[in-house]
Amino acid sequence: MDLPGSHLIEIVYLAAGVLFILSLKWMSSPDTARRGVWAGEIGMLLAICGTLLHHGIVDYRWIAAGLVLGSIIGARLGQVQMTAVPQRTALSHAFGALCVTLVGTAEFYLRAPDVPGFTMAVLTLEVLLGSLTFTGSLMAAGKLQEILPQRPITYKGQNFVNLALLACAIGAAAMLSADPSQTYLFPGILAMGLAFGVLMVTPIGGADMPTVISLLNSYAGLSAAAMGFVLGNKLLIVAGALDGSSGFILSVIMSKAMNRSFTNVLFGAFGQVQTAGAAAGEAKPVRSATAEEAGSILSSAGKVVIVPGYGMAVAQAQHKVRELYDILVKQGVDVSFAIHPVAGRMPGHMNVLLAEADIPYDKLHDMDEVNPEFHQTDVALIIGANDVTNPAARTDPSSPIYGMPILDVDGARVVMVVKRGMSPGFAGIDNPLYYLDRTLMLFGDAKSFVGAIVRELSGGGHR
Amino acid sequence: MTELLSNLYVFVLAGFIGFEVIRRVSPLLHTPLMSLTNALAAIAVVGAIVLAGEEKSTLATVLGTLAIVAATSNVVGGFIITDRMLKMFKLSRKKP
Repeated sequence: MDLPGSHLIEIVYLAAGVLFILSLKWMSSPDTARRGVWAGEIGMLLAICGTLLHHGIVDYRWIAAGLVLGSIIGARLGQVQMTAVPQRTALSHAFGALCVTLVGTAEFYLRAPDVPGFTMAVLTLEVLLGSLTFTGSLMAAGKLQEILPQRPITYKGQNFVNLALLACAIGAAAMLSADPSQTYLFPGILAMGLAFGVLMVTPIGGADMPTVISLLNSYAGLSAAAMGFVLGNKLLIVAGALDGSSGFILSVIMSKAMNRSFTNVLFGAFGQVQTAGAAAGEAKPVRSATAEEAGSILSSAGKVVIVPGYGMAVAQAQHKVRELYDILVKQGVDVSFAIHPVAGRMPGHMNVLLAEADIPYDKLHDMDEVNPEFHQTDVALIIGANDVTNPAARTDPSSPIYGMPILDVDGARVVMVVKRGMSPGFAGIDNPLYYLDRTLMLFGDAKSFVGAIVRELSGGGHR
Repeated sequence: MTELLSNLYVFVLAGFIGFEVIRRVSPLLHTPLMSLTNALAAIAVVGAIVLAGEEKSTLATVLGTLAIVAATSNVVGGFIITDRMLKMFKLSRKKP
């Protein structure tokens, strides 16, 4: 072990670890973020080149083949559309977890049964986390890509089945760690991990995806760290710990933004339960407006806050929204965007979609920044968002979303809601915002309605 | 046991640094952050490389090679898409 070569590798790994930390540090602001990507790339290149010097490697053919094939697949996956980024991210969690699971499995069959108990415990943890993250992430990607139904799939006793399976898997892992000669347990642990991943994500609906993706991110990181323990590779431990804590922080932010605990997201099966309550509030009157009326209200406003939701992205309306933004700014209106933490299908997704439409990022405000500003806002224009603007979350303790932090759009002088019809949102909850006197409903498809407002405003008559 | 302890040190301290550094990332950049950390965690490729090159058993070579494919696609894809996203974030011409 004391060959000069292995010291060199350790030093290269240390440098890579430092670069990884710098990389994340530079991600804190858009000014330095691209430098962060370069630091990460250099660190990765160093680590891979250093590893190729490893004295144990006798055959490079398979390594080369794997690197080339992986690069081709990666280059393809790097070209997806911005709306498809959540699926791609889920898929990459799956790939990361697959790598960890495969390496863990190979290590087991190379070393078992001569493995110390503690190493075996970490190895089984690695394989268990890796396998459940692999299938769980594939399920999440399938739901996001709409190959699988987005609605939660639930059945009676589901939580019991899931927990029992997890308990069995952990029990088998404990038995194997206590007595590493019981190698027959290993395939069972692997199979139970794979099955648990599927069952864990089955009851989770589309609106909960931001939390689930973050949680899977955390698991993928922790499984990589566990692999680092098994292989005695500190760089892997560092990268896994960074990834794990990042995913953990994001899941905490996401669950807070939905006022729900982890257990509630994993075992709660939101979406379906509330549909019954929605039918009650049907006949209440609403005020609606045409594109012409909406256009004149917007152009006479001093301050407009646009609240985009996932519906905007589904309708591909972001480029029309950008045109509206341009025209209003040209007319001297102060326009900004209010972004709820769970808008979109993964953390920060909405910001990426708006940045893609060329909306400057200093106009994108998060919830804490923007909420105090609604009182001075003339028009809050809601496009494709629903539950995150629902005042019932503040006022109605019987509402399923009571306590969830929302954008206080009802503080604005006029609220305009672009919406297809009066159907309730994803969670199936009625929104009292729509029945307020100051609320104007703009019925129509987001893209064509915003387009119509743009035509009204650019068609003249306002100069 | 000493190696285990020093690994534990590394894990706990790295987790702590991760916590402190990532807490400061603006919500604006949470999506690129996730794709970047994902690419970084694909450093697991180094374990797969050793496995695929050691020729200890056919199973290990096959699994190692598959693992290299999976991890490399994350490395390459993750960095490409992170950079593509970050390129899109621009300030308005007049700074506020």
